[in-house]
Amino acid sequence: MTEEDILILIKENVIQGRVTQDDEGLEEGMVGQPGVSELTRKALTQKINPKDIIKKGLTKGMDVVGQKFEAKEYYIPDMLASAEAVGAAMEILEPHLAKSGIKPKGKIIVATVKGDLHDIGKNIVSILLRGAGYTVKDLGNDAAPQAIVAAVREENPQFVGLSALLTSTMMNMRDTIQALTESGLRDKVKVLIGGAPVSEEFAQDIGADGYGADGFDAVRIVESLNSSEDN
Amino acid sequence: MARQGILVEPYQRLKLEQVEQIHRASLAILTNPGILCFNRNAAEIFGDYGAEVLPIEQGNAACCLLKIPGKLISDAVQAAPKVVKLGARDENNCLILDGGEPRVRFASGSEANNWLDVDVETFVSKRDPCMEIDIPMFRVEKGTVDRLARAAHLCEHLDSWDSFLRTVNIQDDDITEDNKDVNKFFASLNNTTKHVMSGLTELSQLGNVIKMAQIIAGGEDRLRENSIISFITCTVKSPLQLVDDTTQKAIEIAKRGIPLVISSSPQGGSTAPIREEGMVAQINAEILVGIALSQLVNKGTPVLYGSVPVRADMVNLYDSYGVPEFNQYNIDCVQMARYYGLPCYSTGGVSDVKVPGIQASVERLFSHILVTLAGPQYIHYAFGLLERTNTFCPVQAVLDDAHIDMVKRFVRQPTVTADRISESLEQIKRVMGTSHKLYVRFVRSALRSGEIAPPYPFGAKDMVDETLFRAREKMEEILSLPPLHIAGEVVDKVFQEVPGLLTRLRNG
Repeated sequence: MTEEDILILIKENVIQGRVTQDDEGLEEGMVGQPGVSELTRKALTQKINPKDIIKKGLTKGMDVVGQKFEAKEYYIPDMLASAEAVGAAMEILEPHLAKSGIKPKGKIIVATVKGDLHDIGKNIVSILLRGAGYTVKDLGNDAAPQAIVAAVREENPQFVGLSALLTSTMMNMRDTIQALTESGLRDKVKVLIGGAPVSEEFAQDIGADGYGADGFDAVRIVESLNSSEDN
Repeated sequence: MARQGILVEPYQRLKLEQVEQIHRASLAILTNPGILCFNRNAAEIFGDYGAEVLPIEQGNAACCLLKIPGKLISDAVQAAPKVVKLGARDENNCLILDGGEPRVRFASGSEANNWLDVDVETFVSKRDPCMEIDIPMFRVEKGTVDRLARAAHLCEHLDSWDSFLRTVNIQDDDITEDNKDVNKFFASLNNTTKHVMSGLTELSQLGNVIKMAQIIAGGEDRLRENSIISFITCTVKSPLQLVDDTTQKAIEIAKRGIPLVISSSPQGGSTAPIREEGMVAQINAEILVGIALSQLVNKGTPVLYGSVPVRADMVNLYDSYGVPEFNQYNIDCVQMARYYGLPCYSTGGVSDVKVPGIQASVERLFSHILVTLAGPQYIHYAFGLLERTNTFCPVQAVLDDAHIDMVKRFVRQPTVTADRISESLEQIKRVMGTSHKLYVRFVRSALRSGEIAPPYPFGAKDMVDETLFRAREKMEEILSLPPLHIAGEVVDKVFQEVPGLLTRLRNG
């Protein structure tokens, strides 16, 4: 298989939202054919530059997915499946990026705050951010402020994403931001919040840097803050 | 190919023993007290087959009391076909109604006098003049032939609307008793390729309506194979009176072999007992008499068991469709029809209120769900009817189409099989192996195959209920599509051979 063939297949499988060979695509009869994970490994074996894998395979695929989503041809599950495929490929590529001189797009720590076990929203945000090329460190749920502070100190991310579903736990977002401030880390990260009970007003009230109404909004905000950081 | 409707696992409100008790009670009613008959031909027919015919004084009208033996009724009803085909201009839209199969189709009704349009007006808050809100405003118009055509056009494009039963009473200045039938049938047939059903206003027009249907269907034999029209006759005025006019219509339609609904619509509390068992015993007797008559006139006449029982509103004695008893009566009647193996023309989806809104949605959804669960072969009144049955609102019909789709999705047969369980177990294992623990990727094929319901099509995003506005937009979108008219040369032939058609209908 030529380099071009592999990159086209990666792109096509991103569009189909297939992580592995066991996944169904949107078209019939795809189970058993290599998915994005297998194809990415094959590309590395064939010494294809990771930069090309990202640009000509993964990103091109996601561009098509985005267009289909805008055109209402794709639904949220399709977008998530494709983002998951890209995220899986990025994980495989991660050790090779530095060697190829590719600077990671950014690192984000995500967590559902202390006392809250609801992580669906946070997981969706993680998939979409990985699909957008970010490195995501997921601290899971019921994450205490001090655990988040420790992770920020260790991982040195640009962003922290906090999630809560309950009105009784949303105040722990404020505590987490306070803990970051007290530990002297607040100025080093942008804190974004999301979840059913919170709002833009609440974000401002507790001193967060942004509020995402849904997963796509979260990615938009991260992208926008990231580009302003670059500038 | 025929329209499939939705096959249900029927909800059985009555036990078999109770069904049989009601059956026996109905037959008992027909021998004592018997049924009054104002139609001489029907009295003679029943008399010829062994009924006791007792002339009685009943005002100025010629009347007799029929005491009909149970065996006569049972044998005649037994002769009725168990499967009735309702044809359609597009045969893919025909309906095969099998009395032994609880497969439900949905149709409109019911010659309402009013047509309700929904307009949008913007209002400004007195408290905050910067605040504006759009409010639906309702405009009552009279039913016209043009509006009937629009309703048929709407029916063509709404997927859950399986058969067009004339929605409005056409009251144009140039419509008379003599030309009403041909114009209402033509306006309907020329705007939908689905089955068209209607009552007959004037018996003298039966021949013209059938001639029109024959031309459109492609000839006499084709109409027999694919009856694109059918008739409804309410032979009985409750309680227990065979009416001269409608009974004669039933006799004449039966002679022609055109599919026929024999319906009765007693009102529990005024023209029928209010209690379930009394109501159902009476309406069943009334319907069985009509069906028996149709078979005695012409054995094998395709008939539907037409049950339209309602309850009286105790405030004003109007019909009330929103009460729970309405559903009980109707479900029981579906079971009675099934007991005889006859296709059932049932009733659901009407509301008592004059305008679309919360009350309308609650009342009509209540019966849409419950009556559908009973498994009648044909539910009429299911689209757009308000103010009991006095008003037809096309925007409401668009809403009903979406709501019936939801009901159909709910009542469909479960899909639990060993293979599907294995697939699910595999999915669960795979998802548990991921960090995100989400099943969303497995939704995709179900989303595209139509296996799972789409979002509510008229949902609002903000703090304003936009349902009616969105339904209205959909209605306008549909009505902007070109109607699927009958071919020009066929229309020419219809206009040459059928008298009374309005020239302005020629263009659709």
